Amino acid sequence: MWSELLPSIFPASASTFADQVDHLYAFLVALTAFFTIGISLAALYLAVRYRRRSPDEVGHPIHGSMALEVTWSIIPLLIMLVIFGWSAALFMTISRAPSDAFEVTAIGKRWMWKFQHPSGQREINELHVPIGQPVRVLIGSEDVLHSLYIPAFRVKMDAVPGRFTSLWFEATEPGRYHLFCAEFCGTNHSGMIGSVVVMTQGDYQAWLAGGVTQGPPEIAGRQLFEELACNTCHFEQDAGRGPSLVGMFGSEIRLEGGQTVTANEAYVRESIMNSQAQVVEGYAPLMPSFQGLISEEGLLQLVAYIRSLGGTAESTTAGAAR
Amino acid sequence: MESATNAATVNYLTAGHTLKSWLLTKDHKRIAILYLLSITVFFVIGALYALGIRLELLTPEGDFVSSDAYNRLFTGHGIIMVFFVLIPSIPATLGNFLVPMMIGARDLAFPRINLLSWYLYIAGGILALWAVLGGGVDTGWTFYAPYSTMASNSSVVLAGVAAFVAGFSSILTGLNFIVTIHKMRAPGMTWFRLPLFIWAHYATALIMMLGTPVIAITLLMVVLERALNLGIFDPRLGGDPVLYQHLFWFYSHPAVYIMILPAMGVMSELMSAFSRKGIFGYTFIALSSLAIAVIGFLVWGHHLFVSSQSVYAGLVFSLLSYIVAVPSAIKVFNWTATLYRGSISWEPPMVFALCFIGLFLIGGLTGVFLAATALDVHVHDTYFVVAHFHYIMVGGAIVMFMGGLHYWWPKMTGRMYPFPAAITAALLTFVGFNLTFGPQFILGYLGMPRRYYMYPEEFQVLNVLSTAGATILGLGYLMPMFYLPWSLKYGARAGANPWGVKGLEWESPSPPPTENFPETPIVTEPAYTYVREQEAEVV
Repeated sequence: MWSELLPSIFPASASTFADQVDHLYAFLVALTAFFTIGISLAALYLAVRYRRRSPDEVGHPIHGSMALEVTWSIIPLLIMLVIFGWSAALFMTISRAPSDAFEVTAIGKRWMWKFQHPSGQREINELHVPIGQPVRVLIGSEDVLHSLYIPAFRVKMDAVPGRFTSLWFEATEPGRYHLFCAEFCGTNHSGMIGSVVVMTQGDYQAWLAGGVTQGPPEIAGRQLFEELACNTCHFEQDAGRGPSLVGMFGSEIRLEGGQTVTANEAYVRESIMNSQAQVVEGYAPLMPSFQGLISEEGLLQLVAYIRSLGGTAESTTAGAAR
Repeated sequence: MESATNAATVNYLTAGHTLKSWLLTKDHKRIAILYLLSITVFFVIGALYALGIRLELLTPEGDFVSSDAYNRLFTGHGIIMVFFVLIPSIPATLGNFLVPMMIGARDLAFPRINLLSWYLYIAGGILALWAVLGGGVDTGWTFYAPYSTMASNSSVVLAGVAAFVAGFSSILTGLNFIVTIHKMRAPGMTWFRLPLFIWAHYATALIMMLGTPVIAITLLMVVLERALNLGIFDPRLGGDPVLYQHLFWFYSHPAVYIMILPAMGVMSELMSAFSRKGIFGYTFIALSSLAIAVIGFLVWGHHLFVSSQSVYAGLVFSLLSYIVAVPSAIKVFNWTATLYRGSISWEPPMVFALCFIGLFLIGGLTGVFLAATALDVHVHDTYFVVAHFHYIMVGGAIVMFMGGLHYWWPKMTGRMYPFPAAITAALLTFVGFNLTFGPQFILGYLGMPRRYYMYPEEFQVLNVLSTAGATILGLGYLMPMFYLPWSLKYGARAGANPWGVKGLEWESPSPPPTENFPETPIVTEPAYTYVREQEAEVV
């Protein structure tokens, strides 16, 4: 809405929360203008009105007013709290992807963005997404910090080596929009840019059909699972040296020591790379660390495979079943 | 007071003419001058780096320098301006000169440590110049890991050591101020009779002492990881890159208050002096400085809203960032209210002060945008942030540094400078500054990321405006570099109190004698006690 009225100061608005962010922004611009202009004009007026009339003149002895101090402490505080609440509510929306979001993976690598769709389609520096469909982007980095930034969606999230991060959006307007790396990453940082192409559902399906794919990432993940001999301990039933991974993803898991953890992407990653950190209750800490043996992409494929083994919050966990 | 005007025979400037008498001086006023000269040199170098940046950004293509050179330009600009100009600017020059004079002391508590601070600053500065002019540094002034520890092919270790060494200069200055303000106040100078400049420097000194060691250790860890492969921040070595950001901003956000609190102190002095009137709400301004120093330590996480920090941590840091805005708002209201029924003179320092009000309001209020979590997700790491912090650091801190310098210049040198030139410089700075950084807010909201060497074409118009503004801003800075030195020889003699204002420093001759005051002053009234004639008769 704002972007149509004022194309030169608002970027394109193409996600469900772009307008909401713009509203908050417009409110703050108005607030800033009000106080900056108001106080500056007041100061200028006073400085002219009470300008010095004779060289020895001295001002009136006015030292303060408790009523005024309280007023101009409380009013700004209240305004600040309103803005805090407004933005916090919106931040919670922006931070939490709906459960029906479909998942695209992104890997930042100096100096390109590699994406993979659930169907296995891959692309570099270009991301095709359908409108009207929440999309969650799971982000990893192969080297240094990057940050996936799509101004038209008003979203940004750092790609942090050593962990997964994510952002989500639901595109509303077909078109081609900028995609930037926003975290400085060296020589060609400003060349680490690309486009998000927002398409209608039909166009998106046609685009997916047109590409070459080696199949969805869980196929490669399964292969990797076997290559790395994960399957020698993690059986389909709970009979191996490690817990079964069937039905595990997304469930609550009890750990040695009594803590519980949600088996999300971060947990799977940690269990592979730093396997002694969070051992499932009832199992010996036998698993070696795979640090340095699996690429960022391989990790994402393994996560996709483990997710494909099913699992919802209500399924019993592998550990708890023993 | 008239006799003091003529007593300018022997003063701190004429107390010795040899180079040795300057380089081995223990006089806080001479050390202030040493800082002023060296900070000016760094400022010029930092400004030349900025010029390189603005020239490159005139066109969307990368054509003026190579991308690696560009990365070295903005990093050099940041390191020099933050660590070697902004952080020491007001405290080490005006603070060094005035803290003892304003409280009626002969010197700082530890004159030798004060000189050591300057030498540490110079040692760090030389290392920094070696780093940025030699191999160059390309990490950004933030040294984010793991880029700084595993990827960068530039003089990171040298620059880290430079900032580490300079940090000790800051710590020792803070220590000196705290001890001096506690122990060396003249008889009758109670805490609530202190000029607000002193309160501001006390709060600043606390941050310097408590915050600086953290950045020193953090940069040392970067050096260790880079040089010895000690795994601290690089995940491949078992480290955590987000830990770096927490440690870095634990200091570097309070460091912003190291820059702005002294500027606020100068502002309070100017508003009272050029209204010839007690400051409105003294206690509130004094205590708000302390509040800013304390709460300022609890807001660092607002730099990490999109760094994979927990969403809930983000909300807490957002809330605390809003709370730290309130004491700043209180100050602005009180400064403005001070003008009411004052006797306002439009002399150059006051023009700087009025410019500061507008610039600081914009700088402060755009901070509110960045503390708004949902909005920060969009503008984080864009030109919006660049514009915001320049409004605070340049529009706030540097404008007040200039305002303070123009206010106390007659005290420091005994000479007046030409007012029309100074007012022109202030206005050029104001106009040039807004033209340089105003468009960057729009660029940022449109989505232009910072530290971009090339950019999409649609951003060009705003970038050209910004570069045009920078040339006007440059003129505004260039002018004082001529008329201030000119005044040393040709300026009218100032007399002890050329502005007709209150404050112990104005009771001593200009320039002051080495011992500041012939006799220790005895303080009998609060700061800024201006008495109107008719009332004086009643009393």
